[in-house]
Amino acid sequence: MSAFLWLTILTAFRILGRNRLRAGLTMLGIIIGVGSVIAMVSIGEGAKAAVRAQVASMGSNVIIVLPGATTVGGVRGGQGGAVTLTVADALDLKKKIPLLVETGYGKRDVMQVVNANKNWNAPVNGISASYLTIRDWSYSSGGPITQTDMETAARVALLGQTVVENLYDPGEEPVGSTIRIKNVPFRVIGVLAPKGQSAQGSDQDDILFIPFTTAERKVLGTQFLGSVGALFASTDRSEDLPEAVESVREVLRTRHRLQSEQADDFTIRTQVDIGRVQEDASQTLTAMMFAIASISLVVGGIGIMNILLVSVTERTREIGVRMAVGATRRHILMQFLIEAMTLSLVGGVLGIVLGVLGARTTTIFAGWPTIISPQAILVAFVFSVVIGLFFGLYPANKAAHLNPIEALRYE
Amino acid sequence: MKSDSEAVLPHDSMSALIECQDLWKVYRAGDIDVQALCAVTLTIQRGEMIAIMGASGSGKSTLMNILGCLDAPTKGRYRLNGVEVSALGQDALADIRNRQIGFVFQNFNLIPRTNALENVQLPLFYRGLSLKEQRGRAADALARVGLAERVGHHPAQLSGGQQQRVAIARALVAAPAILLADEPTGNLDTDSSRDIMGILQTLNQQDGITIILVTHETDIARYASRQLLMKDGQIVRDERRATRPVNEPVVP
Ligand SMILES: Nc1ncnc2c1ncn2[C@@H]1O[C@H](COP(=O)(O)OP(=O)(O)OP(=O)(O)O)[C@@H](O)[C@H]1O
Ligand SMILES: [Mg+2]
Repeated sequence: MSAFLWLTILTAFRILGRNRLRAGLTMLGIIIGVGSVIAMVSIGEGAKAAVRAQVASMGSNVIIVLPGATTVGGVRGGQGGAVTLTVADALDLKKKIPLLVETGYGKRDVMQVVNANKNWNAPVNGISASYLTIRDWSYSSGGPITQTDMETAARVALLGQTVVENLYDPGEEPVGSTIRIKNVPFRVIGVLAPKGQSAQGSDQDDILFIPFTTAERKVLGTQFLGSVGALFASTDRSEDLPEAVESVREVLRTRHRLQSEQADDFTIRTQVDIGRVQEDASQTLTAMMFAIASISLVVGGIGIMNILLVSVTERTREIGVRMAVGATRRHILMQFLIEAMTLSLVGGVLGIVLGVLGARTTTIFAGWPTIISPQAILVAFVFSVVIGLFFGLYPANKAAHLNPIEALRYE
Repeated sequence: MKSDSEAVLPHDSMSALIECQDLWKVYRAGDIDVQALCAVTLTIQRGEMIAIMGASGSGKSTLMNILGCLDAPTKGRYRLNGVEVSALGQDALADIRNRQIGFVFQNFNLIPRTNALENVQLPLFYRGLSLKEQRGRAADALARVGLAERVGHHPAQLSGGQQQRVAIARALVAAPAILLADEPTGNLDTDSSRDIMGILQTLNQQDGITIILVTHETDIARYASRQLLMKDGQIVRDERRATRPVNEPVVP
């Protein structure tokens, strides 16, 4: 049997090599189908991984409360219009909800930041010391804003990588230097480790932190003392998040004296929600691409079937000869199935190569993250075998059931 | 794959190699029945060399196809080597064709773009022999028909006579009991015809292979020890005669 298989495979390759153009055109559907599956899955996986990393970088157990009501469709209306959240809210949440290990707050505005002769417009964030813990920022040099800095309204700042790149010459050490925000001098006490792009595509490293108290009094100003742009809270475990969210809602509604028929005057978000939306979107995309790829695989399969039917007709006499010298129907069936599978497998392998190259190209030129998944390659491989088998079956069966005499007489 | 010994059919040396009784073959073409064979009864002993002659359409090829287990009679009994062939299934028939019967066709029927050696290997390939054995035996068979130098040639690179010799090598490589040749010299010139007939006669006389050939030429028929004449699907004459010795020219 092994000699039979081996020689049949060899013969299949020889026939393929003899009609290279024909074989190539036949395989095109499979190549494109497999190629797009591999490329799309790689892009999809890359996007998903990026979102997941994002969620992780934000902390999957973080609750964000923003001022303003949620309107239909999840769009938050009138940010900053109604100032509804305060430092007191944050402190009260911490006190009343044991599930919350930490609460923090902050406010932000884009301001011009100056270092020597360089300047840069950066989002300046006044934050509570706890915020840095909640968001789990780490430092590439220097250290965090402390509770003491908060209490003394110290003029200290933490810089994101992008801000550093725009305010300092390469190799220059920012920590210890002095920058000016709204003409107020600040001592740089740390540089944040880079976080990269957010799930929404914004640069998370284009950021600057100063103590909330300092911001309120000296830089950002305020409508009334203690109003914040956002509240932050974190739980120990992400499983506690839904319960914590409900508690936060209750406490805030009580504190804001909202009647039961009144809507929330704030919006609660978790990173998990944001991540889920993103993942859903990329899953839909992947599903769509799969549909397209499946169609081209089927088209490829039909191409294989078509060319095999032609081949069976062309080689009718050969089939008769093979039968005359003792080939059984199974032998003939196997021969043509193997030819079909050779076509689809070679097409599949070329498709995998094309898909990987496509994914790489996407990363290089479009900058999208891609992950070449071995499972996708395996699935594509198996798929092409199955396509070859399925679409080869009819022509192979037709060949196997030729009448030997009629086949031998065929002109 | 079966081993060689397993597939040898019950061999009854007392019985004839081929026994046909009341064979009919009826083709339906539209509304009319064409009787390609009518009540053919025929017995062939081991080692015979038989020439079948007859006008075109007399049923020679039809009989050959039935004897070669490529076709089944509409009615009648056919025993080959003591086995009732009509009772066998497709795979068993393929096995008989593989081990007991060698075919030589008028138009050679070699597989194109495949070299002589691989063409000759074909029966052994389907028997499931190892590649080494296939190649060795195929090379031997080609040497027997004088084509040791041509193993790597494709059919398109061979003359008609050489192609037919490759076909004979393919038929004899399986060491069959019977070699069936339907007009083996029909497409060949006189010299090549003589070569081919010489080879067939040698196979018959030295190897004891039973040879049945169809021909339109009396000169070719004279190589055989027994001549059948067919007319309208019947054997109308069956005679034995002295054979022409090997190497005597076909044309005086
Ligand atoms: N598949 C078929 N369908 C219908 N009729 C057929 C078929 N095959 C053969 N016949 C008829 O059977 C008869 C015998 O045909 P056969 O081929 O056996 O003749 P032959 O003696 O070999 O002729 P030739 O010398 O021309 O080869 C012819 O009348 C032919 O038309
Ligand atoms: Mg004929």
